Amino acid sequence: MTATAPLLEVSHLRIELPTRRGTQLAIDDVSFSIGAGEVLGVVGESGAGKSLTAAAIINLLEPPLRKAGGEIRLEGERIDNLSFDAMRRIRGKRIGAIFQDPLTSLDPLYTVGQQLVETIRTHLPLGERAAQARAVELLEEVGIPAARERIDAYPHHFSGGMRQRVVIALALAANPRLVIADEPTTALDVSTQAQIIALLKRLCREHGTAVLLVTHDMGVIAETADRVAVMYAGRIVEIGPVRAVVKAPQHPYTVGLMGSIPAIGHRLERLRQIDGAMPRLGAIPAGCAFNPRCPRAFDRCLVERPELMPASGTEAACWLHDRPDHV
Amino acid sequence: MIAFIAQRLVQSILVMLVVALVAFSLFRFVGDPISAMVGQDTPQSEREALRHSLGLDAPVPVQFAHFVERAVQGQFGLSYQLARPVSDVILEKMPATLELSLAAAVLSLAIGVPMGVYTGLRRDSWLSRLFLAVSLVGVSLPTFLIGILMILVFSVWLGWLPSFGRGSVVQLGWWSTGFLTLEGWRALIMPATTLALYQLTLIMRLVRAEMLEVLRTDYIKFARARGLSSRAVNFGHALKNTLVPVITITGLQLGQLIAFSLITETVFQWPGMGLMFIQAVTFADIPVMAAYLVLVGLFFVVINLVVDLLYHVVDPRLRTEGTRSAHG
Amino acid sequence: MAERAAMGRLRRFADSDLAYSFLHSPIAIVSAVVALAIIFGAVFAPLVAPYNPFDLATVSLLDASNPPAWIEGGDQAHLLGTDGQGRDVLSAILFGSRVSLLVGALSVVFAMVLGIGAGLLAGWRGGLIDAFIMRSADVQLSFPAILVALLVDGIARSLLPHELQDRIAVWVLVVAIGLSGWVQFARTVRGSTLVERNKEYIQAARIIGVHPARIVLTHLLPNVMTPVLVIATIYLANAIITEATLSFLGVGVPPTEPSLGTLIRVGNNFLFSGEWWITLFPSITLGLLILSVNLLGDWVRDALNPRLR
Repeated sequence: MTATAPLLEVSHLRIELPTRRGTQLAIDDVSFSIGAGEVLGVVGESGAGKSLTAAAIINLLEPPLRKAGGEIRLEGERIDNLSFDAMRRIRGKRIGAIFQDPLTSLDPLYTVGQQLVETIRTHLPLGERAAQARAVELLEEVGIPAARERIDAYPHHFSGGMRQRVVIALALAANPRLVIADEPTTALDVSTQAQIIALLKRLCREHGTAVLLVTHDMGVIAETADRVAVMYAGRIVEIGPVRAVVKAPQHPYTVGLMGSIPAIGHRLERLRQIDGAMPRLGAIPAGCAFNPRCPRAFDRCLVERPELMPASGTEAACWLHDRPDHV
Repeated sequence: MIAFIAQRLVQSILVMLVVALVAFSLFRFVGDPISAMVGQDTPQSEREALRHSLGLDAPVPVQFAHFVERAVQGQFGLSYQLARPVSDVILEKMPATLELSLAAAVLSLAIGVPMGVYTGLRRDSWLSRLFLAVSLVGVSLPTFLIGILMILVFSVWLGWLPSFGRGSVVQLGWWSTGFLTLEGWRALIMPATTLALYQLTLIMRLVRAEMLEVLRTDYIKFARARGLSSRAVNFGHALKNTLVPVITITGLQLGQLIAFSLITETVFQWPGMGLMFIQAVTFADIPVMAAYLVLVGLFFVVINLVVDLLYHVVDPRLRTEGTRSAHG
Repeated sequence: MAERAAMGRLRRFADSDLAYSFLHSPIAIVSAVVALAIIFGAVFAPLVAPYNPFDLATVSLLDASNPPAWIEGGDQAHLLGTDGQGRDVLSAILFGSRVSLLVGALSVVFAMVLGIGAGLLAGWRGGLIDAFIMRSADVQLSFPAILVALLVDGIARSLLPHELQDRIAVWVLVVAIGLSGWVQFARTVRGSTLVERNKEYIQAARIIGVHPARIVLTHLLPNVMTPVLVIATIYLANAIITEATLSFLGVGVPPTEPSLGTLIRVGNNFLFSGEWWITLFPSITLGLLILSVNLLGDWVRDALNPRLR
């Protein structure tokens, strides 16, 4: 890892959801860091807490969800306890965000140009004309043809893929150090997905922007990320360099995930899947959250919750790696 | 766009024809117009002559055609009760109703929209809760009740405001206006407020509901994620999106003010078309009832049309030729 | 066996979200209590009211225009005072609430039956019948309900001989208010019918050869009832308001068997002579009744709305 301080550092983040039947933990002691220019992927099933983690970083949790503990540091300074205004200045300027559905991410009543200029002028001290020029530049950078004319078009004049490009342009408008991409391609068709991922990769490399890429698609991670964190039931169960996690997963859940991806060239009678389902909030088992479904669970797993520990190239939260003979 | 306008125009004309049909049926089949117009002991021959001269013995479709033809020219015959041409009576009473409705419309918008926006943005403040509680009362109390209570407090107990009539009016051509005199304004306050209250609460609740809905959308979330100021997010984006659908419904609601005014006019003895209609109902004065129906129908149809067109102008998604977006 | 099922259901209800939100909403409880109190008083008026204001034998002009008991000039026998004819205001209110509630409830039932019938027919048969029913609904919807109710009422008046008018005024009102309100029910039911019609259990019944009327009534109807009930709670308050308004305007329930609206109208004449109680108390009662019906309706709708949970 780099010797300098990480760009983003999340320590022991906990997010709770007060419900009628008591307060439940949606994110339970999650810690990770992202270095400058690095792409960290976050994978997991729906409901594992990936999007929540992303939202928590820029403090856009929807009530009644609220942060219950932990720290978030950006370039060394805490950002999880800032005033509303201070946090607002960080959003967009130092941390950009891209969300899942491009069809609903843009205000339908304003032209693409107006929304771009508004964002640019919020963060950069540019006049109207300079901002417009920059907006056209941004559109060209994300690959919108005939940018100068299309800048006056409304969002509904663009296809889904084009709109996501506009969204990327908006997220990168003020040159943030970190971009959070929450399932940026899930709502797009396969060929467009590839284009958007390639675009994101290229732009972030060119600008040196770090990316927190949240997705449930392992393929995207394998292609794009430097490191990957696997989430399950609100916790990180494995984290490490992409190649290591994909080729030699150390946590039984990750093993199951990798195993369930069909490979071209192999014939299969049935698709492999992990038995059972991820527990819902409020029904998370004691000890290791994965133990009911784990083919290698033993007594300790039912009782003690494992922390992330070194495991052959990655870090995994699994007692299998706590044996003295297992290094 | 043109196609759309044409289509709506055709629809409007159809609705008007239906209204005219109802009015005509009233005219023709409810009670006997001849008996209402002549004395008890008029001989049958004279009745027949009158019937013929009024064209009442022609086949029904022909009579309907005549009715429509005359209606379009504003001719509805003579009022049974007042023995004057209905069109005269209507022209005399119309300014009162229109001024009252206008005042109430302005009032309900000027207070309702800001209240709605506030309660949408500051959901949990005590002021919001207060507004919501008051709005519930506004929706629950019948208009006439509010009017009576106002009269009780402001006329009987406090003696501040007049409880009936329009005060002094100034005649401008055929239009009589109460806006130019102090007395006119004083007389307008209570009726306008009473009429506005129901609409005001509806508008407030509507704006609030729409605002809450909009604040949950992805584009607002994205706007916040881009670091836009609260003002830009709440007013530039959220408010604008809220007002677009609100315009339609509000427009339609305001059209209904004309009809609701009849209750207010009765409570305050305001000499408008509504009071005229009530008196017509009690006296079974069919020509007046029919004329009122047609007129009110016309108002609604015109307002519906204008609101639809306005919606198209305001929402860019609807401006695409031929295609109608699925918004709303 | 049936008892145990009922107890089980009762326990499940007590445990449910509905019961929870009710017991934790002070407003819902208060409005339920108020509504129940008024309804109770109205239903049992002949037993509860201190006097029968319409039994001429008990009414005496000597008692006329007494103010409420706590004001100088009033007496304990007439807690809320008497009106111009000597009738006890409290009793008049109780009996009046009865009429208001009766007309309101009957109108809702009428509108429901009409609306559900029209909606089922339109949704099930489709085609020309559907188009016709929906066009009529659209045209009627452009006019406010009060106008429609007034119109029907006015027509009935011109058609009926004078003596009959007073006697069947209540029924005329029920029909008038019901006719002005069927549209909402019809639209909702039609929508639900269109959705349910294509579902498998309906297709199965059709294939087996069950008669369409039976399918519609026993299978379709229960599944479209929930939104109908929601609308009914809204419409009850509207119906009560419409009846009160019509009575106030003089074309509703006559003074021989007055509703709260009629009482207010009659009392209006005494406002300026200083006998404010004749109008104020029926007004307050009417207001409370509608308010509590509305609050209860609001709470029911919120509790049933899956999106707000």
